[in-house]
Amino acid sequence: MEFWLESLVAIVLVIGGVFLLIGSIGLVRLPDIYTRLHGPTKATTLGIAGLLLASSVVSSFAEGSISIHEWLITLFLLITAPVSANMIAKTALHHGLPAIERTKGQELMEQANRQAPPTGMTTSLESDAKDKQP
Amino acid sequence: MFPAKESRFLPMPFHSLLLFIVWLLLNNTLAFGHILLALFFAWAIPKLVSMLKHGHPTIKKPWLALRYALLVMKDILVANIEVALIVLGPLNKIHPSFIAIPLDIKSDLGVTLFASTISLTPGTVSTEISEDRKWLYVHALHMDDPEQMIKEAKERYEVPLKEILGC
Repeated sequence: MEFWLESLVAIVLVIGGVFLLIGSIGLVRLPDIYTRLHGPTKATTLGIAGLLLASSVVSSFAEGSISIHEWLITLFLLITAPVSANMIAKTALHHGLPAIERTKGQELMEQANRQAPPTGMTTSLESDAKDKQP
Repeated sequence: MFPAKESRFLPMPFHSLLLFIVWLLLNNTLAFGHILLALFFAWAIPKLVSMLKHGHPTIKKPWLALRYALLVMKDILVANIEVALIVLGPLNKIHPSFIAIPLDIKSDLGVTLFASTISLTPGTVSTEISEDRKWLYVHALHMDDPEQMIKEAKERYEVPLKEILGC
């Protein structure tokens, strides 16, 4: 393999690894479950995408044919990461897990849990939103 | 069971094509056996699941969809760097917040795409949707001005999505 290609792969690998690491650091450092969700949903997608891009380049050159299934994995991750983040957030809300004190808009948590429209929002476009009970 | 104008043999032609391509890509091959298998899956799976679907969300403007995909990819990159800076910086300065975004988009696919985009882009994760499908609850990692952020998210993602899906 060419030297410049090897360096490119190395750089992409390092960048991907750094984002994965930052995602994990975020998981440890951030104060509550809601903020912790942000690390894995974003940093991991980009981190894994970087690793897979490197893998795609390497195997394309090693096998002499273009290897695309890494891109499919990235695509699946892009589809599934927000869904799992959403499910975790939902579960946290339904268990009533507390957010850290300085979180704004905490009154929305209870309404979100009931899946009711928010009350007293001024930005409403549909002011006729009725307060439904589950 | 199927609407009149749909073919009984291939109820979802677009999905069939997608399945066929994805199967071959996943196996990284063009071997005859795999092509046969892909053809079978492309025919059988849509036939099995076609009775589950309701409504037909379609992409009205593929060109805009491509532009939207590129925009989201760019935003994911920016989001990553922003979140990385927040995570590594002093944490007592961040102001997490819950907000409710009013939804104009109606279709299931539209809401799903919008909520997923929100989750993948700068400092926000969708948490819940109201029962009447008019509000999306979002948790933001750091927020100064909720009004501004709602306006931005709607203009940047919801407007193009509505145009793409034609609803």
